[in-house]
Parts: sequence; structure tokens; C-alpha cells
Amino acid sequence: MSGGAGTPVSEQAGLPREGEHGALSAGKAVSFSPKALARFEKLLTRYPTKQAALLPTLWIAQEELGWISREAVDYVASLLGLSPAFVWGVTTFYTMYNRAPVGKHLIQFCTSISCHLAGAEEVFAECRKRLGDLKPGETTADGRFTVIEVECLAQCDKAPAVMVNDDDCAIITKENLEQFLGGLK
Amino acid sequence: MSAMWPAGYEPVLLARVSRPDSRSIDGYLADGGYASWKKVLAGIATGEWTPAKVTEMVKASALRGRGGAGFPCGLKWTFVPPKEKRGNKPVYLLCNADESEPGTFKDRVFIEKDPHQILEGMMLASFALGVKHAYLYIRGEMVHGAEILNAAVDEAYQKGLLGKNVLGSGIDLDITIHRGAGAYIGGEEPALTESLEEKRGHPRVKPPFPAVSGVWAAPTIVNNVETLCCVKHIVDRGADWFKGYGRNEKNTGPKLFCISGHVERPGVYEAPMGIPFMELLALAGGVKGGRKLKAVIPGGSSAPMLTAAEVANMPLDFDGVAAAKSMLGSAAIIVMDETADIPKAVTNISKFYAHESCGQCTPCREGTPWLNKMLKRLVNGQGKRQDIDLLLQISGQMGNGMTICVFADAAIAPVISGITKFRAEFEAYLAKAASPDFALSAPSDVTKKVAERMAEGIHC
Ligand SMILES: Cc1cc2nc3c(=O)[nH]c(=O)nc-3n(C[C@H](O)[C@H](O)[C@H](O)COP(=O)(O)O)c2cc1C
Ligand code: SF4
Ligand code: FES
Repeated sequence: MSGGAGTPVSEQAGLPREGEHGALSAGKAVSFSPKALARFEKLLTRYPTKQAALLPTLWIAQEELGWISREAVDYVASLLGLSPAFVWGVTTFYTMYNRAPVGKHLIQFCTSISCHLAGAEEVFAECRKRLGDLKPGETTADGRFTVIEVECLAQCDKAPAVMVNDDDCAIITKENLEQFLGGLK
Repeated sequence: MSAMWPAGYEPVLLARVSRPDSRSIDGYLADGGYASWKKVLAGIATGEWTPAKVTEMVKASALRGRGGAGFPCGLKWTFVPPKEKRGNKPVYLLCNADESEPGTFKDRVFIEKDPHQILEGMMLASFALGVKHAYLYIRGEMVHGAEILNAAVDEAYQKGLLGKNVLGSGIDLDITIHRGAGAYIGGEEPALTESLEEKRGHPRVKPPFPAVSGVWAAPTIVNNVETLCCVKHIVDRGADWFKGYGRNEKNTGPKLFCISGHVERPGVYEAPMGIPFMELLALAGGVKGGRKLKAVIPGGSSAPMLTAAEVANMPLDFDGVAAAKSMLGSAAIIVMDETADIPKAVTNISKFYAHESCGQCTPCREGTPWLNKMLKRLVNGQGKRQDIDLLLQISGQMGNGMTICVFADAAIAPVISGITKFRAEFEAYLAKAASPDFALSAPSDVTKKVAERMAEGIHC
């Protein structure tokens, strides 16, 4: 999404906020590993323009670095010959690029209509309560959990639907919530 | 994953999904997969197969797009300018696997269980359109889906079914899987083409349509996953066979339905186009807990809500649902039983649109959060007497061509249909909020006008 309503990850305090664009700083320069660079080079062969590889390159950056920092934006921009401001603009349009570090387990609760009909909002609230009254987008102090609200995950038959990092989960209810959280080491 | 069909029905689209080896190319080949692709390639030299022949077959089948709008697929293909007009520009095929309309989860089944069915559909469509590089845009959340598709593409290259001079036919074809990164609006056709480039997924003014100027300013055909799977079966078994499914010659083919909400067995079901709603509901085990049916959203959250009476005799196909003044859309059927709180459901849907507006058009950018805020206020017991009329009035100023894309029309459909059909429930929230001597104001002219236009099938 875009337009500014609701960023996926709350902007965390304590990290410097600098640069020509609004990205948070990781505090150090970043670059891709040789393996990631090889993936990047292969990507370039799949599009008629270099710039078109921006979305997949941002994915590589997120996989390598965990989140899209100011330095990651600058690095990706330099790889593709785009301006950092443009790259940052695209990054913020999409909800899945993390604009701050997230916990080891990024728990994503769908609260769209089919999940709403299955009580998703209550399970979402209960989950945050159990993790110490976590606000949406916040990370627990031990860095283990970040809990966010997302829109329809195309698993409406498994309502309320939840994803943890890249994985789809079984139906999560108030009843099995404890077991679910316990299972996330 | 639940995959089901009516008793005695021979599934077409879901035929392979429950087989243990459904994903691998060997399993697919063993089941006769890629026979059409090979047949078409082998028939080029003899002149038995031409791009025009495939397009004609698709046209004759009356296949309508499964992504939402139900636009005739073969006709769309003919919008690509002929070679004389487009010059050296390539033609692109873009398979839409963004699947983000709330309530929709059918394309996921093909992606996760039968990826080669999609690829073969893409190959045949590419042949018909003269495409040398086809892309599949998959929503970012389907991380594993993208892995499965990439593995399938690799297998297809290894078997020589993709690449340069495929099976000695002189045809070159590449397929690339492109992952989105979370944006519902990215599924809209021009937005999808922008998003495949390096840009934000912003819809843009049409014309030009993508078929004339899409990705990299070249002619681009966007088709939904299920549409392309249908293409494969049409080339397999012929247009007449395809037309054998359905209620009439404008609503043809086997169809997937996603049923969710208050039903006993939510899931993806395959049935002939036009299956009566009540039959599909029965197939899904009926309303949850044997409760009474209250309302149905027949085509994803963008489709106007229908009452139990309105769906009682409704066939599930494009024209059947349109006759009930809603739309089949992505065939995402969301069932609400008597316990459902309609104002809360509408509030929930309005949150989705407030969150997903791309922000280019003022009525949509400002209107969607405004509707959501007012609805939240109403269900929180702080509604004001004039709010119901105001909600309709704002909705009336957002839709019907006021914006670049139809997202704004989608956003107001649940609000208008919900209020018009279940007004008493909204009023009850107002009455609760008010002092004991509260009296509702009579519906204003706005309300009457909106109700009249709804009856004509216009959103507002
Ligand atoms: C806001 C919006 C979101 C859409 N999302 C999707 C989607 O996720 N998947 C899809 O196939 N079509 C989606 N569509 C419909 C596409 O614009 C397009 O009509 C469709 O992909 C064309 O394919 P078809 O002709 O095969 O149906 C969306 C349309 C709009 C307006
Ligand atoms: S109608 Fe809404 S989503 Fe569509 S282009 Fe305008 S602002 Fe964007
Ligand atoms: S509504 Fe929650 S996954 Fe679709």
C-alpha cells in the first residue's frame, strides 16, 4: 500500500534518521555477498531494462540484510543507476519491505473480511496482550516477536489466517494461541 | 487444502491437484501435460497450427477473464496492434497472480499444486500473441508459491519446453516469475504493468490500454492465472467442449469458486459456470452451525452485498450475478449468517480500502479513510444522526468515473449496498448512541437517489 496509512513496521526510536530520503540508517555501509551479487547479475538477464530489476533486487537486499536501511537504499540505487529517492519512494509504496529491523518471528495477522468473520481482530489483540501489550508493529524487547496486521493473505478458507515470516500457518484461534507462540522458538 | 466438486462432476481445472506428484514436470508429463504445447509447436511447420487458430479457438470458446472483470479473453487478445502498426516492439504476456482481492484464494491452488498447468497456458497464449518473453507477477506474500513456480520454470527449460527454438519449432520463449511486494492495487491491470517495471504500482489513465501500450511501452496482454489455465484446456479439447460447460453461450467453461466466511467447509470448489448459489453452498456443507443465511458477497469484497432472498435463485456466472446487481468478480463468495453484524463487516471492509488506496486521486485518497472513520465512529456508538446519509453522500462523490481506476467504485460498493439493504442495523447503532428521546431523521433525498440508482445496477 501507499498513501501513508499504516506502515507495516512502526518506526523505531533510537535509530538515526538522515539522508536525502527518509530511511533509517543501519549505521554502516552495506553490500551484497558474492552469492547475492550472482543472483543479482542473473536477474538482469531477465528484464529488458536494468531498472526493472528493482523489486527483485530489493528482495535480495531484504533477504541479505533483514531490512531496507538508508544504506541499502543507496546501495541498490547505485547497482541499478536509479536515484536513492526514487528507490526509497518505491520501497515505501509496498508493504512488505521492512523499513526497520523486525523480530526473529514476524507474525502477520490477516484481519480482512473472511478472517474478521472468524474473529481475527480478537485473536490479534489477544496475541499482542500475551506478548506484553505489544502495539501493532512493535518488537518484543528480546527481539523475538514483531506482530503486525495485514490484509487478505489469500487463505480465507483458513480464517483467521496468519503468516510467520514466509510461512503460512494453520488456523490460529484464542484457544491454540498459547501453543502457537510456544512453538516459535 | 480443500478441493472439491459436485458429485458426478469430472473436474478439469482441479483434476490433478490432489495427486502426490502434482507439482513435478514428470508427473505433469505422465498425465499428458504439455501435449498441447508440443502439438502446436509440431504443427507450425505443416501449417496446421497458427497463432490465429489458437486465438480463434479461444474466441469461439467464449472464455471470459477469471480475474474480475469477465472480459472476453479472445477479444482482448485481438486488441494487440498488428505487426505493421507496432513496428519492432515486442508483445508481452503478463500473467496476473497478484491474488489480493479479499475472499479470493483460487489461483494459489494452481500455483502450489499444479504450476505446470499455468505454464502451459502461458506458453499457448504466448504463441497466439507472438510473445517471446512472458512474465508472471505473483503477490509478494506467496514466497513458497514463487519458489514452486521458479522450480517449475527451471524444469521446463531443462526439458527444452522453454528457451531458444523450442523443440526445433523456431519459436523462442522465456518465462520469468516476478514477485510483488505487498500492494492490492498492484493487481489492477495498468498498475501491474507499472509494478513489473521499476515503479510504484500506480494505476494510470486508460487509454492507452495495456494491450496497446503496457510494460516498457509495448503491447501487453494481462490475464489471470485461471484464465490461462482455461486456455490450455481449450487447446487440449476444443472450443465446443469448453462451451459444453455453463448456463448459456456467454457464460462458459469450468470455474473455480472460493467460498469462505460462515460456511461449514470453506474452500476452493470447481463446478460448471452457472451453478446455482444454493447448490454451491450445500456443497460447502451449508451455513455454519445450520444457522440462517443473512448476506452474501458474491465476488470478493469489491462486489455489492446481496441479501439471502437475492441469492436464493441466483446462478453463479457473470451475467447471473450481474442480474442480481452485483458481480461475480473473482468468484470469491463470502457468506454471512444471521449472527453477522453488517455495520461491523462494512466497517472492516472499509478499512481495507482506506489502507490500500494508492493515493493518486483525491476522492479515493480522502474518501476511503473518511468512510472508514465515520463507520468506526458509528459502530463504536458515537454515530451522529446524519451519518448514514453522509456516508451515502460521500460514496456518491467517489464513484462512477471520478477517479483514475475502479478501486474507488469497489470501495463504495460494500458501503452503499450494506446501508441500503441493512439500514435498520446501522440505525440501531445510532439509536444506541443517542439519548432516549432520539428519533431518526427520515432518509434524505440523497438516500432515495442512491437507492434508485442501485436498483438500476449503478453503484451510486
Ligand atoms: C483494484 C484491482 C485489483 C485487482 N486485482 C487482481 C488480482 O489480484 N488478480 C487478477 O487476476 N486480477 C485482478 N484485477 C483485475 C485485473 O485488472 C485484470 O482485469 C485481470 O487480471 C485481467 O485478466 P483476465 O482478463 O484474465 O480476467 C484487479 C482489478 C482491480 C481494479
Ligand atoms: S481510484 Fe484510488 S486506487 Fe485507483 S488510481 Fe485513484 S487513488 Fe489510486
Ligand atoms: S480474508 Fe484473511 S486470508 Fe483472506
